[in-house]
Amino acid sequence: MSGQTIIKTGATLAVIAAICTTLVAATYQLTSERIVANEKALLEQALQPALAGIFYEGGVSESRLVMLAPHDLPGNDTALIYRVYAQDKPVAALFAVTARDGFSGLIRILVGVEFDGTITGVRILQHRETPGLGDKIESARSDWIFQFDGRSMGNPAVTGWAIRNDGGEFDQLTGASVTPRAVIGAIRDTLLYFDVHRDEIFAAESTEDNK
Amino acid sequence: MTSGGFFERLQTGLWKDNPGLVQLLGLCPLLAVTTTLVNGVGLGVATLVVLTCSNALVSATRRWIRQEIRIPIYVLIIASLVTCIELIFKAWFPALDRSLGIFIPLIVTNCAIVARAEIFASRNPVGASIADGLGMGVGFALLLMAIGAFRELVGQASILSGLDMLSGGAPFDGFSFADSGLLLAILPPGAFFALALAVALKNSIDQRRRRERR
Repeated sequence: MSGQTIIKTGATLAVIAAICTTLVAATYQLTSERIVANEKALLEQALQPALAGIFYEGGVSESRLVMLAPHDLPGNDTALIYRVYAQDKPVAALFAVTARDGFSGLIRILVGVEFDGTITGVRILQHRETPGLGDKIESARSDWIFQFDGRSMGNPAVTGWAIRNDGGEFDQLTGASVTPRAVIGAIRDTLLYFDVHRDEIFAAESTEDNK
Repeated sequence: MTSGGFFERLQTGLWKDNPGLVQLLGLCPLLAVTTTLVNGVGLGVATLVVLTCSNALVSATRRWIRQEIRIPIYVLIIASLVTCIELIFKAWFPALDRSLGIFIPLIVTNCAIVARAEIFASRNPVGASIADGLGMGVGFALLLMAIGAFRELVGQASILSGLDMLSGGAPFDGFSFADSGLLLAILPPGAFFALALAVALKNSIDQRRRRERR
């Protein structure tokens, strides 16, 4: 290609690029508000089960703490903590943590803990466990995940946080033991972390959004 | 290649040269997301829209595009369209978007789309290219739905689970026929079996037709 052709061809490419960018920008304009609203609604909705029976004030999603690794929470991955207050007094903390020792891939778990250390609720946010076996950890597929409601560190003691086969106090799932072990381990470690760091968690400043 | 009539074009994509069954293109999404009928619908429609629009744009710009830069142009057009579709899904079908996950952006790499741009749209008028895109897109979408429905029926013994992702409203677990199905159908190998059955079915139908014509 001669110099002139290069410029001409480059110009064609640039014009098409500009048209495509306009197309994407227009779609973004059209959708961005809805997307932000969807994401916030999804988050609040996802946090709801872990807030059952708690009186609280204000939005929960704004009180977020982003915990970058390394930390002592399970998974040692980026973890999120949402603080819940009523009349400026800490009421509960919601942890979004990761279990690395599932059957396939990471399991993201939401653990709600009241100020006194009692579990308000646990939900699975994301997983890739085997359909029909390990996926019974989902609240939609079985009530396995509800057995942790009202439990705390001490009820049972640390050694009791395991499935019955391993000498613990919790039910297993038929055909899957790796998955429940991973989930229970993550809940246990979250409670242990809460015991040690409770005051720090509620005193910390919320992490600002970078957006 | 002659462009032929509109319906002839449609038929080519739907059956004779079906991108999934005959050309065996775009197998990555085809095998990965077809665990349920609703997932199949979602990815099928997204691919259909991208394919039709990319065919239209590639065909409309074909006079100004030098042969040497055609592939960057295809990539640019297809990637922009996929980005738009992804945004639209996130805005109006957020649950479906989460269910399909990475496979929405991965439509960019669906070779069925570049293949149609290269083989057809870059050499044919806009109308014929749109017909080609519709035919190929619907052919691909129907295959995704068929495989999704088959795997859901066999694997979960249910159908239309997750319909709420399309229609909104309360979570819907689908119409269930039994407590559990044959797990294998939902696992990745099940996708290969289902596709193999679909290809075999098409070939046997074609063979029977040929015999009858003789």
